[in-house]
Amino acid sequence: MHDTLVDYDKQMGLENFHPSLVKGPVGVNINSLGEADVFGLEPKIISRGVNFYYGSKRALNNINISFAPRRVTAIIGPSGCGKSTFIRLLNRMHELVPGTRLEGEILLDGLDIISPACDAADLRKRVGMVFQKPNPFPKTIFENIAYGLEVNGVTDRQVIEATVVDSLKKAALWGEVKDRLKDSALGLSGGQQQRLCIARALAVSPEVILFDEPCASLDPISTGKIEELILQLKKDYTIIIVTHNMQQAARVSDRTAFFLMGDLIEEGRTDNIFKAPRDRRTEDYITGRFG
Amino acid sequence: MKRRGIVQKLGFAAMASCMAANILFLGAILFFIASKGLSSISWEFITQAPRDAMTAGGVAPAIVGTFYLTLGAILFALPLGVACAVYLTEYSPKGWIVNVLRISVNNLAGVPSVVFGLFGLTVFVKYMGFGVSILSGSLTLGILALPVIISASQEALMAVPQSIREASLALGATQWETIRKVVLPAALPGILTGVILSVGRVAGETAPILFTAAAFYLKGYPDSVFSEVMALPYHIYALMTEGTHPEEQTRIAYASSLLLLGLVLSVSMLAIWLRQRQRKAYHA
Repeated sequence: MHDTLVDYDKQMGLENFHPSLVKGPVGVNINSLGEADVFGLEPKIISRGVNFYYGSKRALNNINISFAPRRVTAIIGPSGCGKSTFIRLLNRMHELVPGTRLEGEILLDGLDIISPACDAADLRKRVGMVFQKPNPFPKTIFENIAYGLEVNGVTDRQVIEATVVDSLKKAALWGEVKDRLKDSALGLSGGQQQRLCIARALAVSPEVILFDEPCASLDPISTGKIEELILQLKKDYTIIIVTHNMQQAARVSDRTAFFLMGDLIEEGRTDNIFKAPRDRRTEDYITGRFG
Repeated sequence: MKRRGIVQKLGFAAMASCMAANILFLGAILFFIASKGLSSISWEFITQAPRDAMTAGGVAPAIVGTFYLTLGAILFALPLGVACAVYLTEYSPKGWIVNVLRISVNNLAGVPSVVFGLFGLTVFVKYMGFGVSILSGSLTLGILALPVIISASQEALMAVPQSIREASLALGATQWETIRKVVLPAALPGILTGVILSVGRVAGETAPILFTAAAFYLKGYPDSVFSEVMALPYHIYALMTEGTHPEEQTRIAYASSLLLLGLVLSVSMLAIWLRQRQRKAYHA
């Protein structure tokens, strides 16, 4: 575990960041406005004063956090801490659950995505999601990827075919499925299905990809492949990953946020969070004292 | 351990004998009908109209009539029933109103079929002026089939995992696109099961068509949806209750019953085949 952290900067390519881009004391990065100096980059997503309720039960308290573009942010915390609830706000999937209420502001490139003026379907095209359990459609591999294009109005067969191939390549699945595109996606292994779901999300060219515990149901080898993929994808996409697995957070993320009982306890560079957490509760959690 | 083993064996034996009793009843009915009817079935019986005051010839017009009535009923009830089920499971706000609607649909299934017949007579035959016709009969039978199709479709829709709805919505699909392109195709095998069940019920019903569609004897075949028709179940009923040659007529009634069974069975087989094909396409 500690070896991992020593090599962490090299693995993550963090040593390439210009030091002047990191403003303020490292690890202390949320200013009073909630506009984090996330590696000195203009935040892709900003959450300001977000409260969220299931009925009368409050699930998130005053969440202020910013997400850097083309970086991986991991959200960690024990079960029921609100981490999945939080990322489902970012593409408004919470609206599928009746009786919820959201307060505060969530901005995507400065656009208020919570306002009724913002169309949820348009938002979800920009903010893709990969779920906890692989959920391919009961259709062929090809149709699974083509689906997102079709619902977004792409009719040109050649464009669709090219995008399917391209997405499967980006998701490191092409070699394994190129001869069976017409087969049912349900015949793939769990890990392959999850990469198919990633390819499906990539096909609609999102800007942000939310991963909600993407490896929760996968074996270590499949998990390794997904993690590799996430590191590849961050070149082009803003990635937010919810995970139970702290080693995973350490391996794939540039920044880490720790949630506990609906509160954001601490957010910062992943190495700092794991090597020198500021909050006692973060330390307790990452050292395995609870959770 | 030994005692538990014996109890288990007894339990399985009891279930197996219930199953056997079921098969026995089914077999007995088939055997009974076949033994009395098979000898009268011939090419002529299937392709000719009745002759000599129902004592000779065939039942072709009744086969055709039953086919039209069943087809009409399904054409009417399937889209309506699936739309109802989609509304109830996908769109309607959850709460007591939906529960009341659901209970109402289930109650509709419990209404005696002769009541549907009277309803059809009043509404379709008289009020809407369709007369005693294929149209009136199909609509009446369609209403009879609705609850079966609605419940089966609801079950099928609810069995579609929420996770693939979420997957579709997360790609920027609207709820309608999700239902049309993901949920309905996945639910289709279950919906077809409902169709199979209702085809069996609709094709065999006598009471709903008694006042709305059926004629005892017609010379030719129907030429429009406003024609009266002969139908197998009603033909059997009429043969056994009217006429002056009970012996001959009974023989023909059994042969017609066998045909009706065969017809229902083959339609069911078709639907099962369709369902299997669909399942294969959708499951690995």
